[in-house]
Amino acid sequence: MSQSREIIDKKIDQDYQYGFVTDIEQDTLPPGLSEDVIRFISKKKNEPDWLLNWRLKAYKLWKQMSEPKWAKLKYNPIDFQDIIYYAAPKKKKELKSLDEVDPQLLDTYNKLGIPLDEQKMLAGVAVDAVFDSVSVTTTFKKELASHGIIFCSFSEAVQSHPELVRKYIGSVVPRTDNFYAALNSAVFSDGSFVYIPKGVRCPMELSTYFRINAAKTGQFERTLIIAEEGSYVSYLEGCTAPMRDENQLHAAVVELVAHKDANIKYSTVQNWYPGDENGKGGIYNFVTKRGICLEQNSKISWTQVETGSALTWKYPSVILKGDNSTGEFYSVAMTNNYQQADTGTKMIHIGKNTSSTIISKGISAGKSHNTYRGEVKIMKNAENSRNYSQCDSILIGSECGAHTFPYIDVRNPTAQMEHEATTSNIGEDQIFYCNQRGISEENAVSLIVNGFCKDVFAKLPMEFAVEANKLMEVSLEGSVG
Amino acid sequence: MMLTIKNLKCSIGEKEILQGINLDVRPGEVHAIMGRNGSGKSTLANVISGKETAEISSGTILYKGEDLFEKSTEQRALEGIFLSFQYPVAIPGVNITYFLKEAVNAKRRYLGQNELDAATFLQKIKEKLPLVDLDISFIKRAVNDGFSGGEKKRNEILQLLMLEPDLAILDETDSGLDIDALKIVSNGIKSYRSSEKSFVIITHYPRLLHYVKPDKVHILINGKIVKTGGPDLAELLEQKGYSWLES
Repeated sequence: MSQSREIIDKKIDQDYQYGFVTDIEQDTLPPGLSEDVIRFISKKKNEPDWLLNWRLKAYKLWKQMSEPKWAKLKYNPIDFQDIIYYAAPKKKKELKSLDEVDPQLLDTYNKLGIPLDEQKMLAGVAVDAVFDSVSVTTTFKKELASHGIIFCSFSEAVQSHPELVRKYIGSVVPRTDNFYAALNSAVFSDGSFVYIPKGVRCPMELSTYFRINAAKTGQFERTLIIAEEGSYVSYLEGCTAPMRDENQLHAAVVELVAHKDANIKYSTVQNWYPGDENGKGGIYNFVTKRGICLEQNSKISWTQVETGSALTWKYPSVILKGDNSTGEFYSVAMTNNYQQADTGTKMIHIGKNTSSTIISKGISAGKSHNTYRGEVKIMKNAENSRNYSQCDSILIGSECGAHTFPYIDVRNPTAQMEHEATTSNIGEDQIFYCNQRGISEENAVSLIVNGFCKDVFAKLPMEFAVEANKLMEVSLEGSVG
Repeated sequence: MMLTIKNLKCSIGEKEILQGINLDVRPGEVHAIMGRNGSGKSTLANVISGKETAEISSGTILYKGEDLFEKSTEQRALEGIFLSFQYPVAIPGVNITYFLKEAVNAKRRYLGQNELDAATFLQKIKEKLPLVDLDISFIKRAVNDGFSGGEKKRNEILQLLMLEPDLAILDETDSGLDIDALKIVSNGIKSYRSSEKSFVIITHYPRLLHYVKPDKVHILINGKIVKTGGPDLAELLEQKGYSWLES
């Protein structure tokens, strides 16, 4: 713990530390979106016709849709023709091993603290790194393959396992789901793909790091995780971006499919550039994440720590279709300065005896606004379903806002619902108490906030919990005093 | 001299709460400051620890010869002033072990000592727990969260024992305690008493003073010390109340 403390101390005096730009030769399209752009992306990736047609259909649907306006977010309109839809590090040739990866790119990942070098990877985390739009390398592939696990970039999966991709893509988040999901379906450039065969317990944490580098680029990655009967996987996702004055769009889609008795744990530490202290720049994060518990006794658990992005619009959800299936959502959302977050979850109970748990912790500081928006729906046939929701908000200072919008829709009288919500200020009394014990104001605030988030941090895998703590410290900077 | 208060006056709004306090506390001495509610007892504790609720209009407080008003609450704590709170606040989700380790190591860093590692810290806290009749499971609980009145006060004394202050201010530590808890808390305090450490015990009732014998007793009425004496003054107060001192 003292080591992690050291790391934390080092971070305290820093602003957003991932704000560097990597000077690397990029293969980019000019800004703008058209059928030709989609054809270009698809061709670049050597995609089969069915996928090109799938994209083009999505594009047609998208053009008929309008941006969702119901979230509690204020921002200038996004010009979708001013975004670059494809940017990739220029590859000189096919890469055979890590040695052949552009050293500057590796250097970038080193700066991010991602150990891509398999030799150094004692932590047992397999990493897929997505740089702008293209997956750069996936580590630990061999070891995973020995268990029959597929963990690769989405593009690679399209080539090597087209039948799986075709079967599941859009099966949880259809193209028509919403404006940003449709856009992603049309232009997605890469992402991660995971397949865990029947009865296999994935022996290590699978991890993807997403990085936006190129200017004016949108990032549209797509992640698909399939857990066959009786399997288990824990997947981690992290993300960073350079500091830029203009806003950049990130519109991802994540689909999870859990078959009978399968268990998927999905953890995110989201640290996209949040903009500066005056609210200039930062990532617009419009993400659709959804999992389906397709068959009985399956379980999907989302854990997220959201500290980044200028705007966050994100509701990781679970469709509880199989009987006795379980959905969980544990969230910490921290906003500072001018950040706005509208985040929460949806739990759709369809099967019998399904249960869901929602624990949401919102921390607002500066002039930020933090909204929890959650829906729990108990369908007609979902006998004996249960939900427990707890939404707590904490305010630091007097210029920020916390908002809670729980929607509950119960169509079966046997359902049991519990909802608790609290909002509190960090008390001067608490700070004074800590001060009187020799603990500085800054440490007191992070202590109090970490205590507040403990229930959620406890759900994160070990290394991620340390990172989450660090992130909170950095994000809290300048929020007191 | 551990603590020297000279002609301290302070007010909250229009009201003058402390109207010229003088007090000298030597190392090893235990002073009791007694008074009714509203006499200014807690304000005095707050002013010494650095809580900015009252405005100081005149006077000085020297701690080990140095001007306290130049120092922040945190600095005062790091230099050895401890306040046992009348109403300790809860910090949900932060367990006592983590909280106290932060506090102990903050002080050690300040004094240029090595930080205690987890094992050494645990060893130390295990030695202190029995002094306030607590077992190891206690330190896994969140600070003051859902504690009974007695647990809160025992937790304050546990922190005192761990932080090893030179000057301990105990603000109404006996209030809300049943007789058993009072004995436990008193034993904790007594175990720390020595020729180097000083106590200022602020209290409404003399009952704590049956267990922790003070060297000096001061009676505070309307912001002034109206009488100073030995332990027998507390006994007298128990028999006669405060009214005979009010003229």
